[in-house]
Amino acid sequence: MTDRRSDLFPILGVAVLALGVVGVARLMTPGPRHPADSAPGRTAKRLQFGGYQVTGRTVTIDAPRDRIHAMWRDPKQLALFMQDLVAIEGTPDRPIWVIDGGHGPFRIETRLVEDRAGESLAWRSVEGADFQIEAKIRLRDAPAGRGTEVEAHVAYVPPYGLLGHWAAKLRGLDPKARGRQELKRLKMLLETGEIATASNQRNT
Amino acid sequence: MRALTWHGKHDVRMDTVPDPQIVNPRDAIIEVTSTAICGSDLHLYDAVIPGLQGGDILGHEFMGRVVETGPKSTLKTGQRVVVPFTISCGSCFFCKATLFSACDNANPVETQEASELLYGHAVGGLFGYSHMTGGYPGGQAEYVRVPYSDVGPIVVPDGVPDEDVLFLSDILPTGWMAAENCDIMPGDSVAVWGCGPVGLFAVQSALLMGAGRVIAIDHHPNRLALARGLGADIIDYTQTHVLEALMEMTGGMGPDAVIDAVGMESHGMAPDNLMDAAKQKVGIGADRAHALRMALMAVRKGGRVSIPGVYGGMADKFPLGALMEKGLQVRSGQTHVQRYGTRLLDMIMEGKIDTTFLISHRLSLEEAPRGYRNFAENQNDWTKVVLTP
Repeated sequence: MTDRRSDLFPILGVAVLALGVVGVARLMTPGPRHPADSAPGRTAKRLQFGGYQVTGRTVTIDAPRDRIHAMWRDPKQLALFMQDLVAIEGTPDRPIWVIDGGHGPFRIETRLVEDRAGESLAWRSVEGADFQIEAKIRLRDAPAGRGTEVEAHVAYVPPYGLLGHWAAKLRGLDPKARGRQELKRLKMLLETGEIATASNQRNT
Repeated sequence: MRALTWHGKHDVRMDTVPDPQIVNPRDAIIEVTSTAICGSDLHLYDAVIPGLQGGDILGHEFMGRVVETGPKSTLKTGQRVVVPFTISCGSCFFCKATLFSACDNANPVETQEASELLYGHAVGGLFGYSHMTGGYPGGQAEYVRVPYSDVGPIVVPDGVPDEDVLFLSDILPTGWMAAENCDIMPGDSVAVWGCGPVGLFAVQSALLMGAGRVIAIDHHPNRLALARGLGADIIDYTQTHVLEALMEMTGGMGPDAVIDAVGMESHGMAPDNLMDAAKQKVGIGADRAHALRMALMAVRKGGRVSIPGVYGGMADKFPLGALMEKGLQVRSGQTHVQRYGTRLLDMIMEGKIDTTFLISHRLSLEEAPRGYRNFAENQNDWTKVVLTP
């Protein structure tokens, strides 16, 4: 037994050394250069947008681009599919969004920074606003006559930093969850004329 | 109204709950005249499908009379309708492609989140099922709110008994689609695992589609006898080595197509099934996929695999090598009921399809808990339960 063990030690030693050499060599050698891929920036594994969280979602809606654009510009329609929207105050060019944040409403004062009929819309919070956010809607024709690809893109500074971001995410209240739910409600409204609910009582 | 409600594993009760109301413009309210307990209701009864909540009204096979309509419903008060268990908007990409059970809009946005996480995409809406599919109140009740009533319900003429058409709501089109997914050529051999209602309707459908030989596999003598009565050859897996028998019965080739009408609660004492059962018991989302594993092993090279049986989670020890190396084609899914309603109604009216042979027990709705218990515990004798409010 002792003999066999003493035989093993040099073999183990050489194996560990070889692994070490390979490891160091791999660390020293630069990896292959990755070509810039075609995916949207927000889907990158390593996000580096300063203190901003960047998120978004695309939904295909069977409706023309102009009609979808008009829905986003009409506060009455917005209230139907943005369920957390309490009110829109201010002017169309400088809207103040009153949002139910779970702990009562909060206000975001924004400027309409882009408005191209049937193509895009964007709002940015004004300097000094409580909540730093930019939201952009892009509209593209979907292939094969499927309607319009509606892309919502949101960059924001989460209140209370990363901790606040994860707290909101765990409760399903982060802009990503809210955004995709709003897009899906908009889709229901335009494709079916109503927003699906499983409730069989009008008042709930 | 009175309704059957779920309160936990093996705990269903008759409760008094508020009557449903018209909520959306395309809704209708149906007064239920007949409803049935489905094999997939037993997955809920056994609590192996995730996402049920205490007090949920079960039932997704029902028919009745229209008593109230929303402003955009096309139904008329007094009409008799069979209601598909799949809730479909009729206007999204999937509904237009007649993939009705994949409807994008029927599952409310809040309940889409779970399946988007679990399955990669949000699934459609179903009556009386998991909250992953909307948590819509079901049809084992006196009244039901039916959304998109201008798309789903199949209007049936007066004078046709409920029992002749009730199964258009789920199991008849499910058996039909299971056979259709086999792309049956004249003379093909088709093996069907499970002689429950869906398996039996799949046997009947495969023969109508021109299959030369249908071999049904089960262990309940009464259910095997029903399959034989429809024209199938039968194998009792407790008496026979199934894989070897299927090879010998198909000239050494294996069946051209196989149908798994068993799903996630496979029976039997096979080692893989015992391991699956242990994992399912501790609630880690494991399906008992023994029947499907056998089907993949049995089917001939280049054959077709049709899976109408319900699965909800994960399976391991999966014969992926057999799938790839034999070049199999797999098709599955919740049934696109609205695609088949009219055609199957015509076949019933013409006497080409009989569905009533299946019914073993007729109970009042109030007796539904007893129906669940017996349908779960005595599967040999209780083949189908129809409830009348």
